[in-house]
Amino acid sequence: MSLRSDDPTREGPLVTGLFIAGTFAIFFLVLALPLATVFFEALRRGWDLYLAALVEPDAVSAIKLTLLITAIVVPLNKLFGLAAAWAITKFDFIGKSLLLSLIDLPFSISPVIAGLVYVLIFGSQGWLGPMLDDAGIQILFAAPGIALATALVTFPFVARELIPLMQAQGSDEEAAATTLGAKGWRTFLFVTLPNVKWALMYGVLLCAARATGEFGAVSVVSGHIRGETNTMPLHIEVLYNEYNFTASFAVASLLALFALVTLLVKTVLESQFHDELSAQRHR
Amino acid sequence: MTNLARNVTAEPRSFQASSLKEISPQGINMSSYPNEFSQQNSQALNIKDIRKRFGRFPALSGVSLEARDGEFLALLGPSGSGKTTLLRVLAGLELPDSGEVQFKGENLLATPVRKRGIGMVFQHYALFKHMTAAQNIAFGMHAKPKGQRPDAKFIASRVEELLSLVQLEGLGGRFPAQLSGGQKQRIALARALAIEPKLLLLDEPFGALDAKVRRELRRWLRSLHEQTGLTTIFVTHDQEEALDLADRVAVLRDGKLDQIGTPEELYNEPANPFVLEFLGDVVKLPCNVDGNVAIIEGARVPIVGGVVANGSQIAYVRPDGFEVEQGDGPGLRARIHNVFTAGPEARLDGTLENGDAVEVRISHEAVRGFSEGQQVRLLPTSVRVWS
Repeated sequence: MSLRSDDPTREGPLVTGLFIAGTFAIFFLVLALPLATVFFEALRRGWDLYLAALVEPDAVSAIKLTLLITAIVVPLNKLFGLAAAWAITKFDFIGKSLLLSLIDLPFSISPVIAGLVYVLIFGSQGWLGPMLDDAGIQILFAAPGIALATALVTFPFVARELIPLMQAQGSDEEAAATTLGAKGWRTFLFVTLPNVKWALMYGVLLCAARATGEFGAVSVVSGHIRGETNTMPLHIEVLYNEYNFTASFAVASLLALFALVTLLVKTVLESQFHDELSAQRHR
Repeated sequence: MTNLARNVTAEPRSFQASSLKEISPQGINMSSYPNEFSQQNSQALNIKDIRKRFGRFPALSGVSLEARDGEFLALLGPSGSGKTTLLRVLAGLELPDSGEVQFKGENLLATPVRKRGIGMVFQHYALFKHMTAAQNIAFGMHAKPKGQRPDAKFIASRVEELLSLVQLEGLGGRFPAQLSGGQKQRIALARALAIEPKLLLLDEPFGALDAKVRRELRRWLRSLHEQTGLTTIFVTHDQEEALDLADRVAVLRDGKLDQIGTPEELYNEPANPFVLEFLGDVVKLPCNVDGNVAIIEGARVPIVGGVVANGSQIAYVRPDGFEVEQGDGPGLRARIHNVFTAGPEARLDGTLENGDAVEVRISHEAVRGFSEGQQVRLLPTSVRVWS
């Protein structure tokens, strides 16, 4: 440590200290403190009230709906992400760069607009609304609409994790497999997939975290029917607006817990499979 | 080993070729040698007028060449010459815009990649990272259609056989990350050989290895080729490697074939200045051509190659094509800067009167009389001139 002050590759202790302290201060104020508040508020009135808020029927219904939506959306976007990344990184075709920017669209567009789009399409005044009404199919203000809106918003996560990694890996291994006589499906299953499995899992985690927490788009299409079409984030808002802070923070703590677990798994993945994920670090 | 043994007896030629190469001193006319062997060996691979563009860049502009059965052919050229593209066309990884490729009468371009039965070794190995060496080698056998797929026991014994062929017995359980560069390259080769290919393609096989490993592997690859007798085409930008390894070398430039021939033919009878310069160092000297003699600073030097017209021309000489003299007389005047005596032959670095640097290689005996700063005369023993 005594060498540190003369180390020519480092800034002086004052500058380093200032930056590190500043970073921690901001981290504490903006991230750690609010997170701690969630758990503090949730548990302030005791464990019994906390548990009661979670087992209350509307809360249970919200948790179930959120889990259902996540269970639908994540596999869908996993498939889509894999297909898109595979197509973009291993093949050349017309419209490739257009597809690449379209994948990013949900990142740049406001989730509220994403929700409104579905209202315009499936709403009773929308393009397909009357037709679907006649057929007795309900999409808006029901689970299918919520799933669609969530899928749209979480579209890019898996693809965005895979594309840089697969680009860095190139397609030599696939070419080798093909010259060795393997069909496309075998090549995908035994060569491509194992090479990206950790990045894929990482993308799925992020996608799941975002899917459970999605508010804007879901808020527009759900209709806020208590006990029916309220997901966890919507339920939290409803409780909060009713000044039911303890219950609101209790459900919020559950969402936060999910985020923390995601973060933990992600950190473990990164430390264990650092090499296989490294392509995205240089992004 | 049965499969390999059969090939050994069927291919006495490879042995003959390499032993000839070793004993043939420079300058002996080798032109009778390839004719002899074309009678013994039928054409296996026929490449006709292959053209391929990438966007506006013409990678191959009409390449035609042939490879004999069991031949070890090098595609040599600078980067961008189209050599790798040609190899990828053969493997089926690129589809040419036009042209034909036939292997023993079969139209290769009409055959899907996975049915071509061509073994390819990639420059960066392209081993499957998550599979062990043995699993890598077995991949091609497992990938065979159900009816033709050998049983697990056969595959296991074949993997062992191939591991010992590439001299990596006992390393089958290792993952690619646990192997050195040279070992990875050999596993990649074993993997390609496992499908019993009719043609073996090597893309810059030693490109990513250090010099010592590269030389060892080169020697080993040559003897492996003599064992298997497999028609092999390899791409390289290293002229020493091409001349050292191949039965014949095809020199590519800007997507065209410049010259194809045995290493001796290429080195001794280059078709043009590009081939001459690409296959080794060369000194360029202004001269005056008179018939079949080049007059360089008063010295009359015989012209041994090129396309000659009388008048002022550029003469090409290899660094070992000079005699170095002291005192007055004809020849190029040069001042010696450095005398290098490390290595198999001695080297003089000097400057000509016009300021150009010149490098001359002479024997260790001949270099003894010279020292740095000395004024000398350089007399080319023979030159090539292209008008």
